[in-house]
Amino acid sequence: MTQQILIAVIVLGVIGAFFAVVLYFVAQKFKVVEDPLIDEVADVLPGANCGGCGKAGCRAFAEACVAQGNMDGLRCAPGGEPVAQKIAALLGCSAEAGEPQVAVVRCNPSFCGEKRRSNYDGLRSCAFANTVYTGESGCSFGCLGCGDCVAACQFDAIHMNPDMHTPEVDEAKCTACGACVKACPRRIIELRNRGRNNRRVFVSCVNKEKGAAARKTCENACIGCTKCEKVCPVSAITIADSLSYIDFTKCIACRKCVVECPTHAIHDVNFPAPAKKPEPKPAAEAAPAPVAPAPAPQAAAAQ
Amino acid sequence: MKTFKMGGVHPEENKISNDAAIEVMPVPAQMVVLMNQHLGAPATPVVQKGDKVKVGQLIGEAQAFMCANVHSPVSGTVLKVEPCKDAFGLDKPAVHIAVEGDEWMETIDRTPDIKRQCDLEPAAIVAKLKEMGIVGLGGATFPAHIKYSIPDGKKAEYLIINAAECEPYLTSDYRVMMEHAEEICIGISILRKALGVPAAYVGIESNKPQAIAKMQEAARQFEGIVIEPLKVKYPQGAEKQLINAVTGRKVPSGKLPIDVGCVVSNVGTCFAVYEAIQKNKPLIENILTVTGKKLPSQHNYVVRIGTTFNDIVKHSIGELPATTGKVISGGTMMGKAIVNLDAPTVKGNASVLVMDEGEARRAPETACIRCGKCMNACPMGLEPYLFSALVRNGRTEEAKDANILDCIECGCCFFSCPANKPLTDEIRLGKNRVRAMMAAKK
Repeated sequence: MTQQILIAVIVLGVIGAFFAVVLYFVAQKFKVVEDPLIDEVADVLPGANCGGCGKAGCRAFAEACVAQGNMDGLRCAPGGEPVAQKIAALLGCSAEAGEPQVAVVRCNPSFCGEKRRSNYDGLRSCAFANTVYTGESGCSFGCLGCGDCVAACQFDAIHMNPDMHTPEVDEAKCTACGACVKACPRRIIELRNRGRNNRRVFVSCVNKEKGAAARKTCENACIGCTKCEKVCPVSAITIADSLSYIDFTKCIACRKCVVECPTHAIHDVNFPAPAKKPEPKPAAEAAPAPVAPAPAPQAAAAQ
Repeated sequence: MKTFKMGGVHPEENKISNDAAIEVMPVPAQMVVLMNQHLGAPATPVVQKGDKVKVGQLIGEAQAFMCANVHSPVSGTVLKVEPCKDAFGLDKPAVHIAVEGDEWMETIDRTPDIKRQCDLEPAAIVAKLKEMGIVGLGGATFPAHIKYSIPDGKKAEYLIINAAECEPYLTSDYRVMMEHAEEICIGISILRKALGVPAAYVGIESNKPQAIAKMQEAARQFEGIVIEPLKVKYPQGAEKQLINAVTGRKVPSGKLPIDVGCVVSNVGTCFAVYEAIQKNKPLIENILTVTGKKLPSQHNYVVRIGTTFNDIVKHSIGELPATTGKVISGGTMMGKAIVNLDAPTVKGNASVLVMDEGEARRAPETACIRCGKCMNACPMGLEPYLFSALVRNGRTEEAKDANILDCIECGCCFFSCPANKPLTDEIRLGKNRVRAMMAAKK
């Protein structure tokens, strides 16, 4: 009896010792060395896995940060400046001071809501509606109004306007992760700098039809008349395919283009008072002293 | 009576325009001819502003492989060559023509005599189909010359003619059979010769007894044309279902009809083939049904391609009833709602179906109750409810593995769904995603 127990103990002991040795070498061979810094960086991140950074998720972003050793070209949009600072402190580098951004919906259809041109009752999916027809507004560039962007937002920051059937961004909640930008099959939504005091100027139209055709499609469409381009003091406006685009890195939010636009396609947001055309004032007041008196509109443009 | 084995539904037939003889629609003052009237790449315009064109003159040339020639349906002067909005509001390349008189190309035989003899070789027939811009008129507008160029290593055994006209409301094929049975049989003989098959089978649903009688009478004069009466069931006119109904064969997943030795053409195409081969007349006219329960009159027209839907409505019924909910091109099952009535008709248009607001609207969607009706209805043996869930959750890979690409978009699942779920729409979206995914992987 004692002998049997002894044999069992010895056999199991030898097998156990053999596998322990095998496992030791296997563990040595396939050892994964992970930088503990990755976990620390991942803990700082918001953990929404929104994919706004272009990585598979927050963990992948942390790995990329640690692998790179600095934060060049890496940006966590929902985390913004505070998270960037914390990661920079962990990595021991300086954080790139990125401008805070916000999603901007560049469509303002005139034929929507009650005035819509057709009544779509198919699948409520922009990706599908885009393959079927132009959309209720009749514009083949404009918003389809089925809310793919709303479904894509992880932060509850974009909602459909019930009257217009176009999306509206809640600026307070928007983290500029870019999920809505990717979800929109018509590429209407753009990430733009929030601007000083949250004040922005942008062209609320993506219609590339020629002027007359665009106007027929939508009363609020950009017709590519170039008036805004001419009036812009910092050449922030470019016109391509009969469509105006304001470069937000150059724009100084002077709002000269807003008053100039004949179709009111250029929108200004968060300004305390509506933009007004500069009133013709005496030249001496409008222009600084050294400049010779000139006609008022040009003087205004020179400022 | 024969029919396909799996699935299918029987929607209300509503063939209310059956007895309206084919009338000729007058030519409007201005024509817009779209350059993509067929499946595939648009034709390249070969006319310029100011050019004079005659009826039947080539104005758009097929330069890509999957493409078909486009001919002028009218005589006059080319106003401009620039995009025009199609029936769904999207810009498509087009040729705009101001109509002057009605001068036809000299080569076109406009006499009413029936020409029975065809001496062309099979290759010459296919070449002429290409030259005349013939496309399949069953709905998909597949270029006929590609269909009848059998790839190496494959052999056609059956020519099957689709005269099922299983879509509700549509009667254009029925009227063609009633009025041009002999011409159709000549067209079938020509196609039979092009393929070198011993016999052609014409599948006609049994709800058209007069058409069956007419076709049987006409087919007696010809060798190897068999008329097959079929049980009424939708989607009998779908290629794979018709093959199954007539021959009992099953086209495997991802394969084409030619892989089981079958070629399927629509009966309307056969009439167009007759006119093209025997009369030198390119495909410049459509036979089109104008119908709807609330319309004062029902019509079947022969319409020059490029006539706008508004012109057709104005000529046939004056104006749309105030309660119109949708105007559909095609039948109620697979037709598409027209957004832009100013758009010109194209080769595939078979109808202008005016539906009342009440019957046109979809009922509100409710939750899936897992009854399985969509599975029983699916003629391809698929699981539409599963696709719905997979597509809604973005599980594209799994949708592909469940053979979503086999769906023929017949609409049986949506028709049979008691929860009114837009299953067919979801599957179409899923198919688009799967195709995009496969293209990205290449």
